[in-house]
Amino acid sequence: MKTKPGDNSLNRKISAGRRTYDTVLKVLIYLAAAVTFLLLLGLIGYIFYRGLPNISWEFLTTQRKVLEDKIGILPNILFTIYTIITALIVALPIGIGAAIYLNEYASNKRIVRFVEFSTETLTAIPSIIYGLVGMLFFCQKLGLKSSVLAGSLTLVIMILPSIIRTTQESLKTTPQSYRDGALALGATKWYSIRTIVLPCTIDGIVSGSILAVGRIVGESAALLFTAGAGYVLVTNYIKALSVSGGTLSVMLYVYVMENGEFDIGFAIASILLILVLVINFSAKAAKRKLKKIG
Amino acid sequence: MKARNITEKIMHVIFIVCGMISIVAVLGISAYMIISGLPAIKEIGLKEFLLGQVWKSTASEPLFGILPFIMSSFLATFGAILIGVPVGLLMSVFLSKVASPKLASAVRPAVELLAGIPSVVYGLVGMIVLVPFVMDVFGVKSGSTLFTAIIVLAVMILPSIVSVSENALNAVPKKYEEASLALGATKIETIFKVSIPSAKSGITAGIVLGIGRAIGEAMAVMMVAGNVANMPKLFGSVRLLTTAISSEMSYASGLQKQALFSIGLVLFVFIMIINVILNSLLKGGYRNEN
Amino acid sequence: MKKLLSTVLVTVLCVALFAGCSSKKETAASPSAAASAEPTEEALSGTVATNGSTSMEKVIAALSEAFMAKNPDVTVTYDATGSGAGITAATDGTADIGLSSRDLKTEETGLDATVVALDGIAIIVNKSNTVTDLTLEQIAGLAKGEITNWKDVGGPDAPVVFVGREAGSGTRDGFEAIVNVKDACKYEQELTSTGAVIAAVAANENAIGYASLSAVDDTISAVMVGGVDCTEETVLDGSYAIQRNFNIITKQGAELSAAAKAFIEFALSDEAETIIKNAGAIPPSGK
Repeated sequence: MKTKPGDNSLNRKISAGRRTYDTVLKVLIYLAAAVTFLLLLGLIGYIFYRGLPNISWEFLTTQRKVLEDKIGILPNILFTIYTIITALIVALPIGIGAAIYLNEYASNKRIVRFVEFSTETLTAIPSIIYGLVGMLFFCQKLGLKSSVLAGSLTLVIMILPSIIRTTQESLKTTPQSYRDGALALGATKWYSIRTIVLPCTIDGIVSGSILAVGRIVGESAALLFTAGAGYVLVTNYIKALSVSGGTLSVMLYVYVMENGEFDIGFAIASILLILVLVINFSAKAAKRKLKKIG
Repeated sequence: MKARNITEKIMHVIFIVCGMISIVAVLGISAYMIISGLPAIKEIGLKEFLLGQVWKSTASEPLFGILPFIMSSFLATFGAILIGVPVGLLMSVFLSKVASPKLASAVRPAVELLAGIPSVVYGLVGMIVLVPFVMDVFGVKSGSTLFTAIIVLAVMILPSIVSVSENALNAVPKKYEEASLALGATKIETIFKVSIPSAKSGITAGIVLGIGRAIGEAMAVMMVAGNVANMPKLFGSVRLLTTAISSEMSYASGLQKQALFSIGLVLFVFIMIINVILNSLLKGGYRNEN
Repeated sequence: MKKLLSTVLVTVLCVALFAGCSSKKETAASPSAAASAEPTEEALSGTVATNGSTSMEKVIAALSEAFMAKNPDVTVTYDATGSGAGITAATDGTADIGLSSRDLKTEETGLDATVVALDGIAIIVNKSNTVTDLTLEQIAGLAKGEITNWKDVGGPDAPVVFVGREAGSGTRDGFEAIVNVKDACKYEQELTSTGAVIAAVAANENAIGYASLSAVDDTISAVMVGGVDCTEETVLDGSYAIQRNFNIITKQGAELSAAAKAFIEFALSDEAETIIKNAGAIPPSGK
């Protein structure tokens, strides 16, 4: 008799109570799954339904002109790119360096745990507190005013934990034999890290960066107070660093709450959704591809 | 050879500096919050600040009681957890134990997508869809209420709870489950009486993660909750700790500005406490399991 | 490590190039990294950071676009944060020019206010609301929460939903001062911009709120105050009671960049008057 554990085809008496328990919970489980799934479909569907019709080529490639009553988000797309690049340029070296320190250099376990605890703490701090501290420190104390640079520097601390964590995990999976082999051949520590260990951890670094990009794209509270909500087109990257520039998420908030432009809000939301899909997809693809190489 | 040694030493120092950055950042943020937040508390008085029920920061006789904000934040988070945890837990059970691997791998990306959606998008949909809905269905004057905020927050924390709980459930040793089934329990009974209790610490971690996200959310709540500094009513306009800061921060000056930093400090302390509890739970949980 | 660094650098260069290529209308931005302008005889350059009143948005956007069309190397930015925020920003130095839709208070020292336009505060209701005229006393009653049902002022039998602005708002300050309800208002919602109030009133048929005349559009109706309609003319001749100044706030004694000075001059000039009128406000000299 072929039976699987848990099926009741054997002639055992299950009390009515247990059967009800079983059925009720099964229904609840499927209900919860259905609700979650439908929620997501409904959310995405509604956003695209209201947003996609408002996206035109002009919308994507011009800037806002109040005199002509036209709204274009090219400046904000650029500001988002500038913010991402600046934040990554600063955060990647620091984050990778920290992960290398934690995994390769630090010998004292307590210090390692302390640093890891601090890193975990950083993730728990709400973004509005980052906005406050960023505003105080970068905008006022360092005199950066509301600028893309101030916003990016604030973001650096926010994305540091994920970069450190993913790099660390991938450092851990590099076989110790690589390092031992290098040392046995006479290589110094930094040399062996540079030439052997780091190339193996590229997948961790890449997935950490992609996660960070996702976080930056979705961030609004911290950036609103530090980078402002400017919508003027600035094509020079260096100049843009000193100008108040709103990223897409910030502009969604501003256009909806300040101007009541709901259609524009949905259009931006659709773009953001597409970005999130692309980011999720590339994170997975990168993981798969790099696992094969590494 | 000597050049190499110098390079080695320099790189070592650089790495130490990088490693310490997290500690420096946390200490720096804490220091800033404390330094900026304490003066107002001193001037207003800790009891009046934390327990005062009236917040009139710009009146000619300003009052700075933040009890309304503390209560609203607490109720909003509690409500979000009340809705989000059961749904999230059941969903994670679905993904981990009930659904076929094919179905699970088709549905899981949907959850990951939910996790990546920016909070302002949730706020936007909440504002356009939920607010009128609440107004019509519950017959309230205006749909921007604590209730609306709870729903939005519940949806936002769902993905965190689902993914962490699913990982925890997947990590339950198969032999526990097989033993239970061999003893005659049904699959459902096994899940709820064996797997979930085993995964308790992981699931709790997910819940605490959800709490952290709910209590720290500002933008989405600003779009759906009305922002009036009342004592909270389920269908009334509310202001949370986070939205209290974001509503007034840009134009505050003097004592009002310092009071906002004190609110930030209170929020910060609450979250640190939650985090410490999380850490001790996780450590305790792992010790018990091993 | 080297590979990563070089990849990153190359990406940065590519994006900078792409960004440079994608500009169609904007002429190539000045290569100088300095934010302050060099005063030359012909071309002004640099950034002018303005910050403040949300009511002034249309006016400032119109003025800055016209100004940037004349001076292509200048970038004028505007952050809509509210009058109080604009005044704070001017004091802190986080913005070159603060924008305030109310006059400075006595405790706000160290600042200069220059009137750039006049603006009326329209009392707005939902389009479906039958009420078309309210006296100042009725408005005060509605704001204080003493009148809670529309039928008490000649409207339908429905609860009153009073929507207002955050405490730092110049519009709120002007409203509360003139209607005489300072510190006594009971709001159903406190929103952070003029546009948000308009949107909220448009969405709720029992809502009433106040918003800058320059922002009023056809999604809501403006009621008459004491029999006087809210239009540019009635604001100018003073018959519409609820009005206030649009101010440019600068820090006393601060060295403004040439671009910022030129922008202020432009805003006060004759040619700006048509622009201000088209944006829905009233130029101060009243032409």
